[in-house]
Amino acid sequence: MGSTITEKILANASHKKEVAPRDFVVADVSYAMAHDSTAPLAIESFYKITDKVFDKDRVIIVFDHFFPAPTVAGATLHQKSRKFVVDQKLSGFFTNGVCHQLLVEKYVSPGDVLVGADSHTCTEGALGAFTTGLGSTDIGGAMATGKCWFKVPESLKFNLTGSTKKGVYAKDVILSIVGDVGAAGALYKACEFTGDYVKNVSVSSRLTLCNMAIEMGGKNGIIEADQKTIEFLGRDGKIFRSDKDAVYENEYEIEVENVEPQVALPPVVDNVEPVSAVEGRTVDQAFLGTCTNGRLDDIEVAARIVKGKKIARNVRFIVSPASQDIYLAAFEKGYLQDLVKAGGTICNPSCGPCIGRHEGVLCEGETCISSQNRNFTGRMGHPKAEIILASPATVAASALAGKIVDPRDYV
Amino acid sequence: MRAWKFGDDINTDVITPGRYTVTVDRKRLGEIAFIEYRPEFAKEVQEGDVIVAGNNFGCGSSREHSPVAIKAAGVSAVIAKTFARIFFRNSINIGLPLFVCEDADKIDDGDTIELSIKTGEVHDKTKGLVLKAKPLPEFMQRIVEKGGLVNFLRSDGYDNV
Repeated sequence: MGSTITEKILANASHKKEVAPRDFVVADVSYAMAHDSTAPLAIESFYKITDKVFDKDRVIIVFDHFFPAPTVAGATLHQKSRKFVVDQKLSGFFTNGVCHQLLVEKYVSPGDVLVGADSHTCTEGALGAFTTGLGSTDIGGAMATGKCWFKVPESLKFNLTGSTKKGVYAKDVILSIVGDVGAAGALYKACEFTGDYVKNVSVSSRLTLCNMAIEMGGKNGIIEADQKTIEFLGRDGKIFRSDKDAVYENEYEIEVENVEPQVALPPVVDNVEPVSAVEGRTVDQAFLGTCTNGRLDDIEVAARIVKGKKIARNVRFIVSPASQDIYLAAFEKGYLQDLVKAGGTICNPSCGPCIGRHEGVLCEGETCISSQNRNFTGRMGHPKAEIILASPATVAASALAGKIVDPRDYV
Repeated sequence: MRAWKFGDDINTDVITPGRYTVTVDRKRLGEIAFIEYRPEFAKEVQEGDVIVAGNNFGCGSSREHSPVAIKAAGVSAVIAKTFARIFFRNSINIGLPLFVCEDADKIDDGDTIELSIKTGEVHDKTKGLVLKAKPLPEFMQRIVEKGGLVNFLRSDGYDNV
C-alpha cells in the first residue's frame, strides 16, 4: 500500500520507514514560529520547560498581528517577545510582513515540517512541506525540544482540472470547495490539492488554496513540489510525491472552468454563494491583503482594475501587501501608485484589519468586502458589522462601484 | 453544575474576539469569554459549570486564549459532538478537560450535569440520562495524566515514546 506526501514527510521527520493514518508520531520540526499575538503565551510555556531554544536559527518570531503597536497593551506584549528574541539570540525576528508570507520567502522548503502558532500555517504546505497551525503551548514545547507529536491524518484528495474562466481566480476555487465540503468537512484531515489546474497555476495561487484548508477544519494543506516551486523559492528541498496507490479517505473531482466568482457571506466561511447572490449590495470598506491574497499577483489584478479610475466615495479601499518585499515590488511595478491615485490607502504589511486590531476597524452596521479568509462575527470590529470574502478582483471592482459587483465586467 | 448550551461551529472569534486578546492576564481572559456572543455568560457562569456544544467547537484561530478564557471563567469541562483540532490540542495542553460525546445535543441549556473524567460518563441529572464520551487516544491520555504538555515535557517527555 502506498503513502501520501503528508505520510511520507511525517515518516521521514519521525525517523520511520512508513506511517499510517491514526499513528501517533514524534517528528523533528524544521521550524517553530510564533507571532506577536501567540508568542507571549508560548514564551511562558517555553520557560516552564527549559531556558534554551533547541536551535536559535529555527525558532522564528514575527510581529504582524498588531505591528506597529496600536495600543499600550500591544506594545507591552511586543516588549516581552523582543526580550525573548534577544535573550535567546534568535536570528529569525521579523516585523516586515505577514508571518506566512515571510516563512515562504525566507524559510520553508519542500519536505520540511513547520509548526506555527497561527491557524493559517497550513498555507506553506503549498511548497510541498508538512505545515500546520498549533497553539502557544505546543509551540513553546517545539521551541524547547525541536520536536512535536502528531496524529498522522487521513488524507483527502482534491483533484482540480481545467482552467478558470477570465475573472475567476484561485480564491474563487477554494471558496467554492469550502462551500461544498463545509466548515468541518475536512476536520483533522490532510487536504492534498492536485490535478493539472494546480500544476499550471502560480505558486501564489497554490498558497491561496492551501491557506484555506483550515476553513474546512483541515490539519494541513499540501501540494506536491515541482520545478516551479524550486525556481520560485530559489532553494532546494526534499521532494515527496504521493504514490499512485496511496489511500485517500475521500477524493473530490473539481472542474474549475465551472467555478464562477464566489463570495462567502457572514457569519461562517462555508456560507458560499456565487457573487450574483449579493450583487448590488453596498460596501463601506474593501480590503485587499492578508496571507490569503496579499501577494504581488493579487495587487496586480487590483491595480489593473482601478488604474485611471476613482473608487466610490462611500468606500474605504485599504491595501496591505503581505510583505515588504511585495510592497517594494508592487511599488516598482507602479501598482501602488495606481491604487493610491484611484483613492486607495496603502498600509504596512500586517494582519491588522483582518483581525480587527487596527488599520481598518468596522463600526456597527458596516459591510466590508475582503480578500481575507475569515468572516466570523465581530472579527473586523463591531459584532454587527459584516464581512464578505471574495477574490482580489471582486474586492477591487466592488471598491470602484461602491457595491458588490461581478469582477468579470472589470477585468 | 449547570450546562451552558452552544451550537455548531462556535469559533474562536466568538469565544475570545481578537480585539480583546492582546493580553496574557488569565483573569481578564476569563471575563471576556463570549463577551459579545453571549454577554451574560462570564457574569453568571459558576465555578464547575460545563459548556455543551455541537460540532466543530473552537474552530478558527489557533489562539490559546480561547480555552484559557473558558477555563479561567470557571468552566470545568467542555462537552461537544466534535472539536476543532487546534482547540482540542490547546485544551489538552492547558488542562481543560474535553468530552467528545456524540449525544451532546440531548443536553439542554440549564440542565444539571455531573461528569466523571475517569469513566468519561456525562450524567444529565435533569433528564436522568447517562451519556458516554469517547475515550482519548492513549498517547493523549498520558499528556492529560501529567497535567498538560508542559509537565509532560518536563518529566519523561518524548524519551519513552
